[in-house]
Amino acid sequence: MDFPLFFMDEIGNRLLMAVIAIVHVLINHPLAVGAYPLVTLLEWWGRRNNDAAIDNLAYRVAFVLFVVTTTVGALTGVGIWFSAGLIAPFGIGSLLRVFFWAWFIEWLVFISEVVLIMVYVLTWKRWADGLMKKVHIGVGVLLSALSWATMVIIVAVLGFMMGSGTWTQNQSFLSAVFNPLYLPQLAFRTAFAMVAAGLVVWFLMFFFTKQAPELRRRAVRFVSIWILGWTPLWLGASLWYWNAVPAAMQANVNVGLLTQAFQNWHSDFVVILGVVVAIILVTAVVGALNPRLIPRAVLLVPCVLGLFLLGHFERVREFIRKPHVVADYMYSNGVTMTELPVFQRDGLLTYATYVRHKSVTSANKIEAGEDISMLACSRCHTTTGVNALVDRFEKLYGTEPWDEAALGAFVSSMHMSRTYMPPFPGNTAEAEALVAYLRDLQQKRGSAPGAQTLGIPRAAAVDNNANVNQ
Amino acid sequence: MNTLLSLIKTPVPRDLSLPLPLNPDDLAIILVVLFLVHIFFVNLMMGGVILSVIFEIVGKYRKEYDQLAYRISETVTANKSLAVVLGVGPLLCISLLYTMHFYAANALTGYAWISVIPLVIIAFLVTYLHKYTWHKWTGPDKNRHIALGVGAVFVFMGIPMIFLANINLMLFPDKWPEIQGFFSSLEVGNVFPRYFHFLMASLALTGLFLAGWFGRKKYALEKNLPGCNRGSVRRIFYRITFYATIAQLAFGPLVFATLPIGGVTTDLFILISLGVAVALLLLALLRLEIRSGDEHIGRHYAWIGLLFTVLVLVMGTGRHMYRESSLMTHKALIADKTVRFKSVEAATQMRLAAGLGTGDALASGPTGKSLFANCAACHAVDKVLAAPSLREVYGIYKDNPQGIIAWAKEPGKKRPEFTPMPSFAHLGDENLQMVADYILQLGAPAAETESSDTPAKL
Ligand code: HEC
Ligand code: HEC
Repeated sequence: MDFPLFFMDEIGNRLLMAVIAIVHVLINHPLAVGAYPLVTLLEWWGRRNNDAAIDNLAYRVAFVLFVVTTTVGALTGVGIWFSAGLIAPFGIGSLLRVFFWAWFIEWLVFISEVVLIMVYVLTWKRWADGLMKKVHIGVGVLLSALSWATMVIIVAVLGFMMGSGTWTQNQSFLSAVFNPLYLPQLAFRTAFAMVAAGLVVWFLMFFFTKQAPELRRRAVRFVSIWILGWTPLWLGASLWYWNAVPAAMQANVNVGLLTQAFQNWHSDFVVILGVVVAIILVTAVVGALNPRLIPRAVLLVPCVLGLFLLGHFERVREFIRKPHVVADYMYSNGVTMTELPVFQRDGLLTYATYVRHKSVTSANKIEAGEDISMLACSRCHTTTGVNALVDRFEKLYGTEPWDEAALGAFVSSMHMSRTYMPPFPGNTAEAEALVAYLRDLQQKRGSAPGAQTLGIPRAAAVDNNANVNQ
Repeated sequence: MNTLLSLIKTPVPRDLSLPLPLNPDDLAIILVVLFLVHIFFVNLMMGGVILSVIFEIVGKYRKEYDQLAYRISETVTANKSLAVVLGVGPLLCISLLYTMHFYAANALTGYAWISVIPLVIIAFLVTYLHKYTWHKWTGPDKNRHIALGVGAVFVFMGIPMIFLANINLMLFPDKWPEIQGFFSSLEVGNVFPRYFHFLMASLALTGLFLAGWFGRKKYALEKNLPGCNRGSVRRIFYRITFYATIAQLAFGPLVFATLPIGGVTTDLFILISLGVAVALLLLALLRLEIRSGDEHIGRHYAWIGLLFTVLVLVMGTGRHMYRESSLMTHKALIADKTVRFKSVEAATQMRLAAGLGTGDALASGPTGKSLFANCAACHAVDKVLAAPSLREVYGIYKDNPQGIIAWAKEPGKKRPEFTPMPSFAHLGDENLQMVADYILQLGAPAAETESSDTPAKL
């Protein structure tokens, strides 16, 4: 974790990352993985029935997919790399060393996918008849297969972050890929993408069929049947996935869902999930049997609910892997399990490069404490913004000046009392410095700028060769 | 040289401990090749956007140029998407090969670096709007349409600056302590000369690409570009390549002259001279082409393309050589530091495995007192920190230590004024038994004397 630390004290690093990642998933799942096969199917159906109106509708939907996936979709994908490199360079850098080839292959598939979506949309009107139309549908099929293939690879990485299986023992690539969560998560995401695509396309179609009630009726029925077909698979996959999440993580899930105040939220969440699914199912059944009954506003509801659920799933997934970025290997603040005892004995600052002080003295206590907080806490907490240290401690200890001994005890036992936080990665003097800084922070409430504005401390460089020797 | 002096100032971080997934030399080759492919499409995107808007403006006075401008913008649709997706590969390679340098530069220019994402999204969306409204915003709306294109050009022009600032800054770790934000990073190295060098390269390559694209025999010129003939179209774009390459004769040496001297080696100098020779040859060929008549122009296209490829390879290799030689010492220092840390780490692990503890405190099994550290953040003997005091707990559980264990495993919610207590089931019954006994001991009124020194430490 020896990097200059980018830090946004207002909204918090995690929020930045989460926003980019969630937008990406919200586009990638429904609009790419799910919608390409749906549109291709629609195109095929239109050709089989010689239905030019359906074909044109499919084209207009495909055009929207093209615009959105080649801009916001592709760029948020790249944005995940950018934000991860800023926020958790140690994590993404380590994952890259394990998964380079997987990502490399995924990248090749991604290139083909982008080429194919361009071919698919830009040739739609030109390859309109006879053999060329068949080729065009073939392009759609290939496109669908490739976008699913990218998911197959990425899920391996995500699953790995949540539970690395046997990897920590033998560090082999294959055991990293076939981790215990792999198949359940893949099934869950695939089925969810298909259902969500149906929801989005349902809604989109309403813009393109304003003057054509008859066309709308046929199209709504078609998509309703699509959704009905996938829903049972989706439910089955959800159960499989939920049961596969390791027990320790399951205990954390409730907090992830909505902080500790809702520790018992789980059952409520299941109810909400049930309601969303029921609404989607009812709309789909009615849509299949009597599409006329469905006004546009009604379609917006399952669409928004479905996307909300998908976004929420991502948040929970992000949360339950705490306190690790790489399960059983590296904590979210970049400290690995084997570094931890070294830091706890010799000190965190001792081995850090981009800090102002290499050891705690009575004169530098507060500044050293700030650096320690930056290293040990800032990947998950801000000082005064979102999920702020100040707020967290005030909720615990109130607004009176905090008790020094209690803070000290909190820091030294933070992993035991809150298992989603890593153990404090420093020695006793550093714990005291952190406490001094926290107490100072409570009074001053100053925010801590990151390396992108403050730069790295000049003093840091001077004694950098002396520090590993002892 | 002042290298020694600057090394003392230079921060030397410790590398990640996992090994690279492939040999660094192979990785370097992959990086250079993938990067050149990426930058080729970036050039076509930049050049395409700029030329399309310039031609559109000219098209206000000469109709056929407007159509040409539109056809250029069609090529941008594909080239810009390829530029982005092809960028991921080199991004992965550079973050692997220069983990400590690349991420450091990213962090130091953080806000600018992350704003690349929204900027590119905006640029792309505006470009789509520009293209798909071309035949709708006509007549009185034409100026608005042109303004949209100009806007896109401005956004596009800003993005390479951020990339250049990053790959430039990563080369000069001795300057990192002086950087405060993106703008100060522009003062390091030679960002601006490189930027103009890049812009000119974009125009040169795009000119060559378009001369081939519109000039190829299979292109439906009469249908797509009414009023143009093949020879004159080829000549227009050859000219662009020609003049842009002439400009490089000025920018190229400027880039070289402004390179901080640390990484300049004899090999690099020879390589760059070779590049200049190729460029001169190219200019001669281009001039020959431009001067030949409509029926002959284009004969040497393949040769020109080949020479350009050689030129680009030479420059790309040169850049990599410069990068390697300027970072060589720093990389060695990092490797050394990493190895030294790893031996400390390994020794610690061995002590732990042998049951010796990490080496400072004597390892001993958990005691009630040591385990109480887990509770001391919230419970104190007679103070209310974030939970009821031990006196109060004692009052409730004095005859029922099992009750404490049951509660700690599955805490309830009784007192609304506190945040709920987390579960400590993971400590296990045996440990909880020890804590429970210890708590009752502390909480008992008789223990008053002992209590003064307990919850503070550990
Ligand atoms: C892995 C990320 C992570 C790291 C690193 C981390 N925390 Fe936390 N912390 C959390 C989460 C998540 C919560 C729960 C937030 C919520 O309730 O929504 C939390 C809660 C807290 C709370 C409130 C606990 C309670 O009982 O209510 C405090 C205080 C706190 N953290 C302090 C710290 C300090 C000090 C550090 C650095 C030494 C730190 N944290 C490091 C993730 C982290
Ligand atoms: C994060 C703060 C926190 C930590 C750490 C903590 N507790 Fe608590 N504890 C509380 C709170 C808050 C209550 C009061 C809960 C309520 O009444 O709603 C409480 C109440 C209790 C009670 C009284 C229950 C009752 O019946 O009224 C016992 C016993 C107890 N804790 C034991 C422990 C033990 C043992 C530990 C350490 C292994 C511990 N606590 C650690 C916050 C904490």
